[in-house]
Amino acid sequence: MDTTLRSLRFRREREESWRQLETLLAQIDRRSATSLSDDEMLAIPALYRQALSSLSVARATSLDSALVDYLESLCARAYFFVYGARTPLRERVGSFFAQDWPSAVKLLWRETLVAALITFASAFTAYLLVSADPDWYSAFVSSEMAGGRDPSASTQALRETLYADPEGKTGLSVFATFLFTHNAQIAIFAFALGFAFCLPSSMLLAYNGCALGAMFAVFAARGLALEFAGWIFIHGVTELLAIILAGAAGLRIGWSIAFPGSLSRLAAAENAGRQGATVMIGVVVMLFIAGLLEGFARQLITSDALRWTIACATAAAWGAYFYRGDRRGIASPR
Amino acid sequence: MASLALDKTPASDSSVRALVTPEGVDLRVHLATFSERGIALMIDLAIIVGSLIALTLAVASVFSTSEFGESGAIVQIVWLLGFFVLRNFYFTLFECGGRAATPGKRLMGLRVVSRNGAALTADAVVARNAMRELELYMPLIFLISRGAGIDALIILSGIVWCGIFVLFPLFNRDRLRAGDMIAGTWVLKAPKQTLLPDLTSDRPSMEVQLVFTTAQLDVYGVKELQVLETVLRTADAAAMTAVADRIRKKIGWSARASEADPEFLSAYYASLRRRLEQRLLFGVRKRDKHDKT
Repeated sequence: MDTTLRSLRFRREREESWRQLETLLAQIDRRSATSLSDDEMLAIPALYRQALSSLSVARATSLDSALVDYLESLCARAYFFVYGARTPLRERVGSFFAQDWPSAVKLLWRETLVAALITFASAFTAYLLVSADPDWYSAFVSSEMAGGRDPSASTQALRETLYADPEGKTGLSVFATFLFTHNAQIAIFAFALGFAFCLPSSMLLAYNGCALGAMFAVFAARGLALEFAGWIFIHGVTELLAIILAGAAGLRIGWSIAFPGSLSRLAAAENAGRQGATVMIGVVVMLFIAGLLEGFARQLITSDALRWTIACATAAAWGAYFYRGDRRGIASPR
Repeated sequence: MASLALDKTPASDSSVRALVTPEGVDLRVHLATFSERGIALMIDLAIIVGSLIALTLAVASVFSTSEFGESGAIVQIVWLLGFFVLRNFYFTLFECGGRAATPGKRLMGLRVVSRNGAALTADAVVARNAMRELELYMPLIFLISRGAGIDALIILSGIVWCGIFVLFPLFNRDRLRAGDMIAGTWVLKAPKQTLLPDLTSDRPSMEVQLVFTTAQLDVYGVKELQVLETVLRTADAAAMTAVADRIRKKIGWSARASEADPEFLSAYYASLRRRLEQRLLFGVRKRDKHDKT
């Protein structure tokens, strides 16, 4: 008479397929999914389902807890592989720029408007304050950021800061990299700060706007308004828009947590967070472009007309890219 | 039966969460503990700082050999970008990979999983790691700056602010940090378990020699069986003797002269499991010794 336990016989019958699955998963962990042959790749879902049915049977009939634990961990590992999305990177990048990013930005239009309003309202306030009393300037712009561009400087000196090449030609690329990393860090920070119920993000946006308005006031007082605008907006269109979008994504998170509407607070935060993250990936790309414009284009191009042309062109390009009509039909064939 | 099968998890185990696959099987995953995640973070930070030091040394050695010319510029750019990528994308890049874990998490046997069980997407990984700016780097910078020349009140509110984010996972049921909250993720244990041998397979003869009556087997339930399994797998001599003595006393078993404790325990384990599994097939699950079914 066979005295082995039923559950042991069950285990002996199925054990080999578990081991097979385990070996394949280990190989994927060690190297990658591409190291498997087509046959092995196709075998995984079938082996996964076998293991899963073994787990159900084992839970119902076997009291060997080591066996159940093993099957639970094996099934979980296989599950993450079988149901984890593995779209090729090229496809993902393609659909990100064709669809995900612009539509995430578009969905954020209300927060973008608010963020833009905060920025420009603070810029305007700072402009009025500094125009009325230049002493306000130091409150908005730190001396290292000003770099000699303050109300006490002569008109000639101010004009020179707009056209002079401060770093020397070789310093340009370093300057551009520094600007990019610095701005991207601030943008990520503005996004993260949104978690604390919007307030810190708004303050960061306001601070950014104030510095802009204060500087503008100094230059406008000397009749250099147009020249200054050309100098700042050649990259500023891209950079300001990026920072406004980052702030908007942060505002969305804070707002969703504070006023989740019909969703649970957690679900609302999750929606806002994922949408915001999509926007943020794009923001980093935008700031990279802005860094190039600021580091190279602004230093190399000293004609006001050309600076203005580039500024207007980037504004039109971003506007068309983000806010043109329904893109669902356009992007799907990719 | 389905509800009976769930009994295995005691209600006290608050770290088990349901993860139901599309096939309708609950995988019953385990949340990572605060300390495991803390250690994983320490490992990752050590790797980041180590790479930064290596990067800086490499850059410095190139700098010392060349003038501040073209190559100097490239070296500076490499350092700036390297620092930026390490700080912002170290976690993101690793967690976007197939293992969904940074080296630190991998060492601790953890992985990041989407809370709804779906595939972990890049936007979720970016969202959970962008929050580190607030949760990790701000407190770090705060620590390093040591509040020189700042109001005590500001320092105090800074400490409170940082404390909220650092200790966030301790104050919610699912041990989410702020980043997990907005990304819809959680961190689970994903250990690689080896299939241990079945305890009844290596001593088949013992069960024949020691025969227990039904009454002697009905003293215990599943919970005791699994405790016994742990004792047998740990194979600690003192514990085995103690357990064997208690079982003998409880079931009224008089030990034979040649009977060793491990053999008695294996035999009793095999018989008890046979009895309980048989009853399981008829839909009766005797949970523990207090269960009168």
